[in-house]
Amino acid sequence: MNKIILTGFGLAFGLASAATAQTVTVYSGRGEALVGPLVAQFEAETGIDAEVRYGGTAELAALLQEEGAGTPADVFWAQDAGALGALSPQFTEQPAATGEAVLDVFRSANGKWSPTSGRTRVLVYSTERVQEADLPQSVADLTDPKYKGRVAWAPTNGSFQAFVTAFRLTEGDEAARAWLEAMKANEAKVYGNNGTQIEGIANGEVDFGLVNNYYLGRYTAKDPEFPVDMANFAKGDIGNLVLVAGAGVVEASDNKESAQAFIDYLLSPAAQQFITLQGNEYPVISGVIPHATLESLETVRSISPAVDVNQIGDLEGTLTMLRDVGLL
Amino acid sequence: MTPAAAIRGTGLRRRPPLVLLLPALIVGLGAILPVVYLVLRAFDADPSQLGGIVFRARNLMLLGNTLALVALVLALDTLIALPLAWMATRSDLGHKRALAFLMTLPLAVPGYVMAYALIGLSGYYGFAKVWFGLALPPVRGLWGAGLALTLYTFPYLFLNLRSAFLGMDPALEETALSLGQTRGAVFRRIILPQLWPALAASWLVVGLYVIGDFGAIALMRYEVFSYAIYTQYVGAFDRTYAAWLSLALLAITVAALSAQGAILRQSRFARLGPGTMRTARPTPLGAWRWPARGFVFAVAVAALGLPLLVLLHWMRLGLPDMDWPRLGATALRTLAAAGPAAALTVALALPVVLLTVRHPGPFARLVDRLAYLGYATPPLAFALAMVFFTLQAAPFLYQSYALLVLAYVMSFLALAFGPIRLALLQIGTRQEEAARALGASAARAFSRVVLPRLRGPMAAGGLLVFVMAAKELPITYLLAPTGFTTLSMNVFSRTSEGMLAEAAPFALAIILFAGLFVGLILRYEGSGVGRTRPGPRR
Repeated sequence: MNKIILTGFGLAFGLASAATAQTVTVYSGRGEALVGPLVAQFEAETGIDAEVRYGGTAELAALLQEEGAGTPADVFWAQDAGALGALSPQFTEQPAATGEAVLDVFRSANGKWSPTSGRTRVLVYSTERVQEADLPQSVADLTDPKYKGRVAWAPTNGSFQAFVTAFRLTEGDEAARAWLEAMKANEAKVYGNNGTQIEGIANGEVDFGLVNNYYLGRYTAKDPEFPVDMANFAKGDIGNLVLVAGAGVVEASDNKESAQAFIDYLLSPAAQQFITLQGNEYPVISGVIPHATLESLETVRSISPAVDVNQIGDLEGTLTMLRDVGLL
Repeated sequence: MTPAAAIRGTGLRRRPPLVLLLPALIVGLGAILPVVYLVLRAFDADPSQLGGIVFRARNLMLLGNTLALVALVLALDTLIALPLAWMATRSDLGHKRALAFLMTLPLAVPGYVMAYALIGLSGYYGFAKVWFGLALPPVRGLWGAGLALTLYTFPYLFLNLRSAFLGMDPALEETALSLGQTRGAVFRRIILPQLWPALAASWLVVGLYVIGDFGAIALMRYEVFSYAIYTQYVGAFDRTYAAWLSLALLAITVAALSAQGAILRQSRFARLGPGTMRTARPTPLGAWRWPARGFVFAVAVAALGLPLLVLLHWMRLGLPDMDWPRLGATALRTLAAAGPAAALTVALALPVVLLTVRHPGPFARLVDRLAYLGYATPPLAFALAMVFFTLQAAPFLYQSYALLVLAYVMSFLALAFGPIRLALLQIGTRQEEAARALGASAARAFSRVVLPRLRGPMAAGGLLVFVMAAKELPITYLLAPTGFTTLSMNVFSRTSEGMLAEAAPFALAIILFAGLFVGLILRYEGSGVGRTRPGPRR
């Protein structure tokens, strides 16, 4: 027993003091399942040790804000542009070359962070209780009485909030607020995140959900009979919004070179290939073999609304609106 | 008269020794750090926005929901734990040790796992559907959250009530019975008043836990204060509003603490009679034997069978990809973090409880209440406070193993108070005074007369802290050294990505691991007060 405890102590102290010069510390809001293999590959290719701190994107963002200049982090890899926007003041500028490598749909305007993968907002629905003819053409249709109590959403989710910001940008604040209130009046059911919405549909609690495109694949890959499918709204609808996950180099880092090397690695063809095949997301550079079951990038471009990912920065205004409506 | 003068006025002997004051001071300071942090953050706010944040109708709704949930859980907990504790100590129901073990084991189940088990019972991949083809209605909201919380908090009540029954002198009841009182009247007038400190202490601990719990509540989608606090961090990156909500939550805590303090003051629980205490004679259950067994069985199935079955069900799907060495390494790290935390917690709890029991006064009361405040501070706020203070004051401690252990200690200290205080109250001071009168020094009298009888309760308190620390999530997440992943972190990172099958082995490991230590709690619980008791062994 004592030996076990001692081993544990040794392990703990060993890990705590392992930081050396050729080490990059990454705060990752993305889960270990996707990130782990990429990190191992990065270490093998560059010889740089990567220490990864996993957590929720928001928790890590709060942590980075609290740490300020004292942060041990060199890179922050976030699940959504909202968190990256909130932390932009704490990032150092990305080199121009890194920005140019990225496809223009996904490019970040303030140049403080790099997108690492793209995703789209989609509608998921029950294949058991929904006929194709009943699928809404627009996200605005979901306020119709025929969808009463049947739609799931996740107001606390970063991607959903980005969607609301885009809604405000294209249709105006009043229309966005009216939609939120109408959805609430139509008894849209609140879930914590994308995955629980999909499970809620499978469980029979709701019939529709508003999620990111890559979640459903995790269920259908294991179980082709899974009773949930996904659909896009009509061409140009705000419900088809394109979003990104991304990473930035922390200004306070004393190791910016290795940090940038990490981001550059994430943008390499090998890493992008892995992200699209394993994560069901879109690569942000050209020349990557597309995922077989994903909608093609051309389709995504043609149906997505004309919203610039960089302009959806007013998270604060969206949060205030969500609070006013009583969703936060 | 100043407090110092008041203490002096009662005689030098009443002045608390430094060895008690110093730990108390440390505890007090440690517990007040998060509060200071929250106040600092709260006043970060733009004054014009503040009004809108603090006075929202929604906050009232959250308060109502929080109180409803606490009331529901305490009521359900008591309905389950009180009969069980009585059966496990006073009835002639057999296999009492096994019964106590079974009824304490649910403590090892993490809240998020319990909630998941309840939800997983009815879902598409749910247990009922896959195995029996049954489509059960989903359990969500108040009843879902209440049920999930009840099923893993009732053991805390059970443990405390069981200790109280074991430490209760049966002579009083027997006298009352012989004087013609009915069993019901004896229970109301003799037993219940003696159970009161144990009940109040465990209601407080469970109530505070319910107020602060997040894991089960988030899954059950029931909006309470802790849910709103988390939402502000997660959805809004808003530390200011979260700080206000946390302070509101602490205000509820302070109200609960003063209510409990007012109830418990002026009571005396140590026995006065000469001679030693006897073991109570078991009450025959008669025709109630089978209903009693059925009750135990039903509770065990709901609180243990259910989460285990759901986990095994998921495990069956995830076993092929299992990374065994990783499971072992994370289990070791869990042990390395929770073990020292438990030991240190007890080492700090003993002097503080001694201070409050033996040298009551404004200072002792304050420190005691502060420790509960530390326990009730929302873990995420607590962790951020630790981040803030270490970076400002002790950067070398930041993201260190030592800080993680300290944070556990400050957060769970109040948990170790219950068993130790109960034992001290039941031991009383008479034997120690006798030892002093026979010439022993204060330290010697304490270490020879009192300490041996505290060993059991101390171990029980420490193990309780161990179990809680092993399950803990937000503090571990934010404060652990980078790369130091524990079992609970692995469960969470997988479930949050919808990878339930991959999470199951880690969750199961937590339950088995914590279950092992729950078994130890009972071993020590059973010794303590009971060991020095003469008479037939049970």
